[in-house]
Amino acid sequence: MLSNQKKIQHLYSRAGFMLSPAEISAMAQMDIKEVVNKLFNDSHTSTDLQSAKTALRQDMKDMTEEEKKEFRKEQGKRVKALNIEWMNQMVSTKAVLREKMTLFWHGHFASRSIFAMLDMNLNNAMRQNALGKFSDMLTEVSKSPAMLLFLNNQQNRKKSPNENFAREVMELFTMGRGNYTEDDIKNAARAFTGWRFNLKGEFEYKEDQHDDGDKTFLGKTGNFNGDDILKMILEQPETANYITRKIYKYFVNETIDEDTCKMLADKFREDYDINRLMYIIFSSDWFYDEKNVGTHIKSPVELMVNLQRTISLQLADPMAPLYVQKILGQVLFFPPNVAGWPGCKDWIDSSSLMFRVSLPGFLFNNVTMEAKPKESPEDAEHKMMAADEQMPESEAPRKVGKLSVTADWDTYINAFSNIKNENLYDAISEYLIQTPSPQFKEDTLSKYVIKDTRESFIKTLTVALMSVPEYQMC
Amino acid sequence: MENFSRRDFLLRSGLASASLLMPRFLKAFQPANSNILPASNETLVVIQMSGGNDGLNTVIPYRNDDYYRLRPSLAIKQSDALSLNGELGFNPVMKAMKGLYDNGSMSIINNVGYPNPDRSHFRSMDIWQTASAADKYLQTGWIGRYLDNECAGCEGYSAIEADDTLSFAMKGLNRKGMAISDPKRLYQDSQRKILRDISADYMVAKHENNTLDYLYKTQAQTISSADYIYQKFNNYRSTTDYPQTEFGKNLKTISELIISGIDTRVYYVSIGSFDTHVGQKGRQEKLLQELSDGLGSFVKDLQQNNRFKDVLVMTFSEFGRRVKQNGSNGTDHGTANNMFLLGGSLSKPGIFNEAANLADLDEGDLKYHIDFRSIYATVLKRWLDANDAAVLGSQFDYVNVV
Repeated sequence: MLSNQKKIQHLYSRAGFMLSPAEISAMAQMDIKEVVNKLFNDSHTSTDLQSAKTALRQDMKDMTEEEKKEFRKEQGKRVKALNIEWMNQMVSTKAVLREKMTLFWHGHFASRSIFAMLDMNLNNAMRQNALGKFSDMLTEVSKSPAMLLFLNNQQNRKKSPNENFAREVMELFTMGRGNYTEDDIKNAARAFTGWRFNLKGEFEYKEDQHDDGDKTFLGKTGNFNGDDILKMILEQPETANYITRKIYKYFVNETIDEDTCKMLADKFREDYDINRLMYIIFSSDWFYDEKNVGTHIKSPVELMVNLQRTISLQLADPMAPLYVQKILGQVLFFPPNVAGWPGCKDWIDSSSLMFRVSLPGFLFNNVTMEAKPKESPEDAEHKMMAADEQMPESEAPRKVGKLSVTADWDTYINAFSNIKNENLYDAISEYLIQTPSPQFKEDTLSKYVIKDTRESFIKTLTVALMSVPEYQMC
Repeated sequence: MENFSRRDFLLRSGLASASLLMPRFLKAFQPANSNILPASNETLVVIQMSGGNDGLNTVIPYRNDDYYRLRPSLAIKQSDALSLNGELGFNPVMKAMKGLYDNGSMSIINNVGYPNPDRSHFRSMDIWQTASAADKYLQTGWIGRYLDNECAGCEGYSAIEADDTLSFAMKGLNRKGMAISDPKRLYQDSQRKILRDISADYMVAKHENNTLDYLYKTQAQTISSADYIYQKFNNYRSTTDYPQTEFGKNLKTISELIISGIDTRVYYVSIGSFDTHVGQKGRQEKLLQELSDGLGSFVKDLQQNNRFKDVLVMTFSEFGRRVKQNGSNGTDHGTANNMFLLGGSLSKPGIFNEAANLADLDEGDLKYHIDFRSIYATVLKRWLDANDAAVLGSQFDYVNVV
């Protein structure tokens, strides 16, 4: 049986982000059911990202190469600003469940575009629908300019259909492979013809490009349009199964409990209510079973946000989280492909693990990290332009990181003020380490702890605990 | 940090390097059977030319009228091209590679690509790195799958990328290569005492959590690999001059690792960015010269140590570029491209197949004749002695290059 504190930590680290020690103390007297209700209540509101709120674009066709270059550079900056705005929102919001769900959907409905406003609009749509009906979410995403552009539906015309959008909607967003035929894809693609967007970044249905002939899809024949196809996809039990399994793996356990998953999928299919599904999961006793605790490898974004939430950090360089994302392989708005980040063990290789276990020590001691991130094509272009414009080297994107921070240790230390000295080790490791049976020994860690004062003890023990592999998990 | 100095902190929190040599417990991490790899010294070096290199201004079809017609200001003059066979010639900056071509150390494969080519950098790079079809998404890289399939029980250093972060190509489901840009720095990082002490604890702990086990094993393997590489690495210091660029430095590291006798089968290194939409000539030629001079030094270094016969270098880029130049003396994203193989044991050095037909284009782009996965299959089967069909997920025809 988990202690009440461990349950709260499990809930928040999975359904949201790690709580600060002070926040946990404040909840100490609450029953886990009350905590679950608080988690959901805090996420009623949805706060849109703002930083890329400008008109979409002039038609790029009318631009000279120089103008295009300048335009791409400007958009690149805005996507970075959007990334940082979202990171900051994850660190500071009360609506942690909504932000975590948005992060989940961001990986599920993965897309990239060079237009910052389209990225932002899709992200906001996912946040607004993050706890709504999956059917609404699917429609919103499918009609979002970012996704229509990314999956080539702008090129999907009556006379020359492009199947990319139809294929990925089924393969990655809803049913999963093996539940439809190549003919289903062809016919669905015809149904989606005419779904486009305009230069203001709004969805548009172009009737003259829509194929209004009969289509045969999943065994039915009719003059279907895109909405009909989505509706038929949602009627398939595979869709509820596929989404439920993905949610279970992300929020509960990479190893699926088939009976539980089937029960959840059957419920989900009744109304596609995401809020209800998540509430069932987080209020179930099995969610707090020991086998589900401490088994999830924190994604790079989770790692960074949790660190910032644990000990409030002021970053000297506001773009520093971007450097960490690049080194560790999860740059928001830049998923590796339409399948999203594979996650789990894929986060960990020898260099990423070395960086992860060193990060807290480097962070709290203002040591320069020597690792350089790989260069993306966007970065490369930016760098070439910087060279052209004789920009200082420091503005070039491929640089080592100096993660200069000011940590609010006082608040952190105060949160442990009513713990006796002899219980401090247990209290801090209970807070920072979520895996049920840590593999390291207290004696070993103690060698790295400075016991001169209570304050130095708490600080050095905290950094030491953050340097063990267990801290990478929650 | 008011109550103790930063130095104290670094020392006590284990962030500082301890000058210990390999502790005895680490021996326990050495797999019982560390020689599962076929007993052979054959080594593959993959060079990724990031950004989409313009193959037509790399290997120039200097007798082709269409080439000069479609590239009025960007074409390389016939008199400047370094002639290879009376029809094709290298870009004039590639003198070192011309030398390698002339002495039979190089194969040029034209028109390599895949069906339904994607012109997006990241998607096409994804396709080349995972070796997937254009409409499939794989979650592992092709070299990673080689490690998964052929290398049960082998060490992290079986595949090394000269970089600080690991490419998708190097990530398998259960095994991954290592990213190392500086073996000395890796060694120093791995010397953090807390890392080693915690790993020692793990050896005697109960192992109940699979994922946590994976983390500890990765950490232990990093430490033991760092020690192994660092010890071996001291065997050889190159005296050959390499270009003073990041790519040159990385090639030097790779040759030092090879000549030191590190048991690594695949190396991976990138050069870029070749994304030359604007003002192509200067940028591309700077990079091509870096590539050519770097490879010239690399081969010389290996030859002096009698190791070139064991090495196969393979270059690729995520796509070639549009045949017709654009309005700003550059080229836009295209499709098929050439690949180079270099080595001391090539079965068919020279120009492997016919040059691209510029009169038969697909919407302005080159048509591919050889699927890149056929090249991968050939290299896996004939050079690395691997089960290529298992690694690539299906059987591709071999091409007689190795």
